[in-house]
Amino acid sequence: MTSVAFVARMAWREARAARRRLLLLTGAVAVGVAALVAINGFSDNLRVSVRDQAQALLGADLALTSRRPLPPAAEAALDTLARDGVRARVTSFSSMAYVPRTTGTRLVQVTAVEGPFPFYGRYRTEPDSAWAGLQAGGRVVVEPSLLTALGAQVGDTLALGEGRFAISGTVTSIPGDVGVRAAFGARVFIAGRDLAATRLLGFGSRAEYAAYVKLAPGRDAQRIAAGLRPGLRAERVRVRTVADDQANLTDVLRRLANYLGLVALVALLLGGIGTASAVAVFIRRKLDTIAILRCVGATSGQLFAVYLVQAAAMGVAGSAAGVALGLGLQQLLPAVLRNVLPVQVVPVPSARAMLLGLGVGTWVSVAFALLPLLAIRGVSPLVALRREYEARNRRRDAWQLPVLLLLAASVVALAALQSGSWRTGGYFALGIGGALLVLWLASVGLIRGVRRWFPHRWPYTWRQGLANLYRPANQTVTVVLALGFGAFLLGTLFLVQSNLLRQLRLDAGPDRPNLVAFDVQPDQARGVDSLFRSAGLPVTGPVPIVPMRIAAVNGTPVARLAPDSTPEEAADGEGRRRRAEQPAGWAVRREYRSTWRAELARSEKLTAGKWWPALGARAGRLPGISVEVGLASELKVTIGDTITWDVQGLRLPTQVTSVREVDWARFEPNFFVVFEPGTLEQAPQSLVLLTRVTDAARRGRLQRALVERFSNVTTVDLASVQQAVENLVGQVTLAIRFMALFSLLTGAVVLGGAVATSRFQRIREGALLRTLGAARWQVLRIALAEYLALGLLSALVGVGLALGAAWALARFVFETPFAVPPSVGGLALAVAAGTALMGLANSADVVRRRPLEVLRGE
Amino acid sequence: MLRCEGLTQTYLSGGRELTVLKDISFELEAGGFLSIVGPSGSGKTTLLGLLAGLDRPQRGRVVLDGTDLGALSEDERARVRGRKVGFVFQSFQLIPTLTARENVQVPLELQGEEAGTRADELLERVGLGARGHHYPAQLSGGEQQRVALARAFANRPKLLFADEPTGNLDTTTGATIVALMLELNRDFGTTIVLVTHDLELAARARRTIRLADGRVVGDSGR
Repeated sequence: MTSVAFVARMAWREARAARRRLLLLTGAVAVGVAALVAINGFSDNLRVSVRDQAQALLGADLALTSRRPLPPAAEAALDTLARDGVRARVTSFSSMAYVPRTTGTRLVQVTAVEGPFPFYGRYRTEPDSAWAGLQAGGRVVVEPSLLTALGAQVGDTLALGEGRFAISGTVTSIPGDVGVRAAFGARVFIAGRDLAATRLLGFGSRAEYAAYVKLAPGRDAQRIAAGLRPGLRAERVRVRTVADDQANLTDVLRRLANYLGLVALVALLLGGIGTASAVAVFIRRKLDTIAILRCVGATSGQLFAVYLVQAAAMGVAGSAAGVALGLGLQQLLPAVLRNVLPVQVVPVPSARAMLLGLGVGTWVSVAFALLPLLAIRGVSPLVALRREYEARNRRRDAWQLPVLLLLAASVVALAALQSGSWRTGGYFALGIGGALLVLWLASVGLIRGVRRWFPHRWPYTWRQGLANLYRPANQTVTVVLALGFGAFLLGTLFLVQSNLLRQLRLDAGPDRPNLVAFDVQPDQARGVDSLFRSAGLPVTGPVPIVPMRIAAVNGTPVARLAPDSTPEEAADGEGRRRRAEQPAGWAVRREYRSTWRAELARSEKLTAGKWWPALGARAGRLPGISVEVGLASELKVTIGDTITWDVQGLRLPTQVTSVREVDWARFEPNFFVVFEPGTLEQAPQSLVLLTRVTDAARRGRLQRALVERFSNVTTVDLASVQQAVENLVGQVTLAIRFMALFSLLTGAVVLGGAVATSRFQRIREGALLRTLGAARWQVLRIALAEYLALGLLSALVGVGLALGAAWALARFVFETPFAVPPSVGGLALAVAAGTALMGLANSADVVRRRPLEVLRGE
Repeated sequence: MLRCEGLTQTYLSGGRELTVLKDISFELEAGGFLSIVGPSGSGKTTLLGLLAGLDRPQRGRVVLDGTDLGALSEDERARVRGRKVGFVFQSFQLIPTLTARENVQVPLELQGEEAGTRADELLERVGLGARGHHYPAQLSGGEQQRVALARAFANRPKLLFADEPTGNLDTTTGATIVALMLELNRDFGTTIVLVTHDLELAARARRTIRLADGRVVGDSGR
């Protein structure tokens, strides 16, 4: 028999007796592995789904889209392409829908389809024929939710602007549809040729114009798109292909999966800490066995191997259990993420994710077990002769540093693997390491502090409980690490979410408007105004809005400013460098809706430059504009720079005279760019009027009255916008919270494990105390003191770290101001109370058992 | 078989240097039976640890069957122990997670030898043939010490070190254990070093060394 056989045999025999204790250890790893397998498997499913459904997502081989009717150059390109292919047109915009029979009104997203769209994929309708029947004209297909909201049914008449349509069916499935989009208005489909009858695309309306092409077989969409792009870019026409969409979507979804994966990884690492602590306790209990084996001739290497094999075996077992659990969870993820996914995902087990989970789980178990296992090497055979020898001769193991480095490298590598980037992996590991270091320091500080400044005057039970924090075989470090880390993670998620939501909460003070009328034409302004006033309502506005685009910045035309957004070009280093020095593409290309005003609004604050000078001082210089501070930095402009605007084909040079900060959260007409009065008055414009109606029912009636008289005017209710925003944030955070739940679960398992390992000792101590005359309540109070101290410290340090992390995220990633919600105190209290309860539950057994029974059983 | 020269061992205790052994030298021939006696704290156990190669002497040397233990690393000493040395401890020191039979097998398995048959023979020899599948917790103190004896002789050691082997047993059981030890010593020709403060037990050895304050204060074999 060789040394390998001895190691294997001993590992098996040793594990045999400690199976139940080791089970806890595997449990901690299993939960983390389950989370990883679920998210990685799901990510693989997603990639396959996107690949399979990409063509249906676009519905065509090639699409040209623009914020304006397609320019002649685009039409010419379409004519050429359509010669051997088929084309369709889709125009979409927001509007009010109105059902005369029920007098219900709602903001909807209108899509006008002309031609046999989609070429790929299917819009499913009820009845089936409704989609094809749309083209007959005069009909509308709506989302089922709209019927409910308007109290309407199929067959009713629906008014869109000046047009009247028969509701011919409902649409039950739209390819590539993201559920949360419905929050911003139900979808309504009409035929392209009915568009004119609505008379909704008046001046200033926001619409998207798209043309879709199905190419003849054998024609390469990518090549055609590449050929079209240079000419159409200047015209602000986007050219999309199936491959582009697939690449973009895959990229976005991969990033989402990567971040969810990091949250899962945290759970696994927490499990690793649990493993380390369980192994440390296990080895401490095995000191005698190790010393005896050393006496009878086992080398330190052989013994190290015996316990390493056990740790690895437990890691494999835990990971295998985790893989099984993860496959189950993977089935749940599509439901959790349903509303933010554009594709249908069928959960299929992914071999890659399963193997990865098994490997990563085993590796984490082994890597985290190594450090406590090193203690084996230092065990002297003399311990078999006299126990006290152990304490006398503790030398630092030379392998400690390499093992620590290996552990750090493992965490970085795992994070890099999961996030797909070494940089992110590095930062992640640094963050985790920093948090753990702080928690470790706090726990060591607690141990030393309690010892040093021991409250000798406190009642006996409290002193006993506190002394348990530093007595031999204490669990202080483990519990503080596991609990504190859990509190840190959950606290961070909670704080970030509450800060983001607070930022998005539209400020609806009692004197603020809560209903906006958009797209009011100049000749309608008086009518809308008197409608509001006759109802006794306050009116803000009319505020003029002039749509425009940037033609040049400091003399450089947009065509040369706008960096490319095609994936191939963005990937090379040169493109990236150019991009860093240039204005952001979206800022240059977007359509601006600007206004003019003599005064600063309540929601604005000047940060640089001066507000308009007196009228007389204007002669001989360019008209002034005031730019929002964020936009100024995106455009890389400052006071004195010139921006030339394209206002409906007319060139208008201006000069930046001030930079403003805008509180976007205030529900007021806010603008990126405000012009000096006397500049834009003659330009084509639409108007916005705001009012405040406290009663929701009255708000509905007013919206109806507006639609009846001014069918092109769109009204937006602040309450529904607020709800839509909260829905959206809620959907995204749901997924993150779902993954974070696993960290909490792992934390609980680790805490349970730590408490359970100390239980044996506590039972003995409790029995001894009771033999010496302690009452049950005294034993319980000792436990309460110990675990309350542990819980409080973990909660305080964990939440403290969370505050730091959330502040940093708010400041540097989300760039929002940071505030501490008072409810964070509740989280800290919950952690402390939960820990104390767990400690008490553990001690219940101590007081239940008869002292004699315990002492005899030794 | 066993020779020590000028063994000196000191420890730091509470910041003060504490000399546990001072300049100890003696030699023991093969097949001999030596008892080391002395009051608590006289350095008996420390001396046993050094003689058996469980620790490295700070000064002086120990030569075990021709091998200078001081020149070896801890792992090399472990191999020497595995091949040539057997142990019996005061608190039996069986591995609690292993059955009686498995406890006896361990030293042989470490040598890479087939262990099952020999373990059965030895357990039979100490009168526990039927208890091989029992765990230590299921055995009485005397039975545990008999298993420990079987384990100590499993690898046919040239030297057996016994540290207060009867210290945790009642008089009758203790006597049985000693009788068994002497019987095995006779049959296998094993050299025995016995540490005890029981003078009656020590008197059964052919030679007795008395320790006091870390020095040899008497040697019946000199």
